[in-house]
Amino acid sequence: MNGIINLLTAAIRAGIPLLFGTTGEIITEKSGNMNLGVEGMMWLGAFFGFYAGLHTDSLILALLCAFAAGLGGALIYAVLTVSLRANQTVAGLALTIFGTAFANFFGLRMIADNGGFLPKLSPRLTGILADKPIPLLGKIPYIGKLLFSHNILVYLGIGIAVLAFLYMNKTRAGLRMRAVGEAPATADAAGINVTLTKYIHILLGGGVCGLGGAYLSLAFFGGQWQNACVDGQGWIAVALVIFANWNPVKAILGTLLFGMFEVIRFRVDWLNIPPAFCDMLPYVITTLILVIASIRRSRERRQPQGCGNNYFREDR
Amino acid sequence: MKKHTKLLAALLALTLVFAFTACSKTETGTETGTGSETAVDPNFKVGVIHISDPAEGAGYTYAHDQGIVAMQEALGLSDEQVVRKINIDDTDVQATKIAIEECIDEGCSLIFGTSFNYMNTMEEMAAQYPDVIFSHGTGYKSNDSNMNNYFGRIYQARYLTGIAAGLKTQSGKIGYVAAMGIDNAEVTGGINAFAMGVASVNPDAKIYVEVTNSWFSPDLEKKAAEALLDKGCDVLAQHCDTTAPQVAAEERGVWGVGYNSDMTKDAPKAHLVAPVWNWGVYYTKATKAAMEGNWTNENYFGDMNDGLIDLSPLSENCAEGTQEAIEAAKAMILSGEYKVFEGKAIVDGELVDKDLKDNKGNVIVPAGGEVLDDATITGAINWYYESVVA
Repeated sequence: MNGIINLLTAAIRAGIPLLFGTTGEIITEKSGNMNLGVEGMMWLGAFFGFYAGLHTDSLILALLCAFAAGLGGALIYAVLTVSLRANQTVAGLALTIFGTAFANFFGLRMIADNGGFLPKLSPRLTGILADKPIPLLGKIPYIGKLLFSHNILVYLGIGIAVLAFLYMNKTRAGLRMRAVGEAPATADAAGINVTLTKYIHILLGGGVCGLGGAYLSLAFFGGQWQNACVDGQGWIAVALVIFANWNPVKAILGTLLFGMFEVIRFRVDWLNIPPAFCDMLPYVITTLILVIASIRRSRERRQPQGCGNNYFREDR
Repeated sequence: MKKHTKLLAALLALTLVFAFTACSKTETGTETGTGSETAVDPNFKVGVIHISDPAEGAGYTYAHDQGIVAMQEALGLSDEQVVRKINIDDTDVQATKIAIEECIDEGCSLIFGTSFNYMNTMEEMAAQYPDVIFSHGTGYKSNDSNMNNYFGRIYQARYLTGIAAGLKTQSGKIGYVAAMGIDNAEVTGGINAFAMGVASVNPDAKIYVEVTNSWFSPDLEKKAAEALLDKGCDVLAQHCDTTAPQVAAEERGVWGVGYNSDMTKDAPKAHLVAPVWNWGVYYTKATKAAMEGNWTNENYFGDMNDGLIDLSPLSENCAEGTQEAIEAAKAMILSGEYKVFEGKAIVDGELVDKDLKDNKGNVIVPAGGEVLDDATITGAINWYYESVVA
């Protein structure tokens, strides 16, 4: 039983950075833009969040900087695709390459400035960010360890995903955003400002991705900067968007499953799963989901219709 | 709109130009001292092919580059005389070739390749450029004229760090984050030597191994480390490049044995000791020989006596008596009395005859038997020592 609880707990911790990335990308795609720059924005968030945490020793400022960094990356993408109508795929890939290289380059400078040693956040800040049980709730057998013994960013990630779901499905602004994502021309005719709506959600989505990077650099590695800390997680997040059918609440379960794929090989030894097989699983499952979705032709479970195409009023 | 587009494009282009000039200002490498005994040939150039960036700190490439810097200082080479090629993926044959060709074009007459998979490319290039000396680290290939191989008996140091771990553990479970699986003799031999060190002071302790299949992956190393901690391990050793396992141990309030550099600075409350490389010992020797024209293609397999292999200073986290136990075993290794992979073991501080067994019960070396030969140690240790659980 303890083994199972440990496995699930580890899966949650491994899945949370994916959840931030997935939620961010869902917000972006729901407004009609496919931003493949998730990895890059996570890198930017990881670097700036860590840098701010290192120098200001404030969790709030670190998170704000990470959010702003992801948002800044998304701004480049939004200007290119929404205003200049550049190809979304290419712009997103460029953002990934830019963000990865930027964070690694300045990450190395940061190590050099620290005398060649990997910089570490102050014990005060790592203490705040450590995994610790919530009073009372954390004492419940099994459930306490599983659900109420994480670091605060884990709850932040789940909170953001739930909020994003409520916003998309229960508010007027969310409805407008979905309208823009599905049929920008119709939304435009109905008097919705398409450009503004797209900008707002691309930037918001980017900021949330940035927080995912910050989860890695601030909390996951015990508050020490690691080169290659994001290491492809942004790409798995993109795959998870499809897996979750563009639904942030399903994404919570999806990240738990994908997080499980990442830790199971170290924990279920008797299975003897080849590591390469584990690395492959997220993509195989995503492909399967795509196939199933296309067979079922469900309207709610597919990519927003306008996603991937730039909207230009004069083209109507 | 069109006008704006052009303006914006121009602006973005300008930003890029500035970004690039900003990048080109930063350079790695240190100023070298001038004091030197050897007469320096100002035209002699050394090339180094690194798998990652030495500026990353702490890890494998950093350790190699510290060796290059030490060589530079010892021989008085200027920065222009050392050509570094960084971030050369060792599985990318084309990139490896280009890096080597660039070194040769820049006039290098001696090239060090620091990562395993450069081996075949270097062998090929060595045949193509007979006037250039190729020295390849961690592999096993060489030729009969201009290519040799260099490596070291790091297992000696791993044995000693096992003593520190064995004395520290309370749960009797010690974790080991391994980069490669049982087929990799370098990693597996290291695990075995470590386990034998543990057994010499704590015969009941078990070693739990998790394999990441990557030399450098903070993500997988952290996840493997946490899995081991969840199993109840209270000391984590590692044969992988990042500090993630040590930091993971510190987060849980337990202990760790690092690798490559002194990781006490990364996990001050957890780290005990680390096996470390002083690559400068070999780089200085080889470069000096090449400059003086008496380099030979003899393979180099350095040990603790040479100073190539060493231990980082013991931290204050070590259990009482660690220093003495390590010194005693170290003396036996330095004198050649004990060679680790042989039919002997240190029991209660005394060297006695004992079967060297794997964890399936097979006897690898019978009690009193001879030490395994070097080819076996570097290439054919594909079994785990009896106390290893994998």
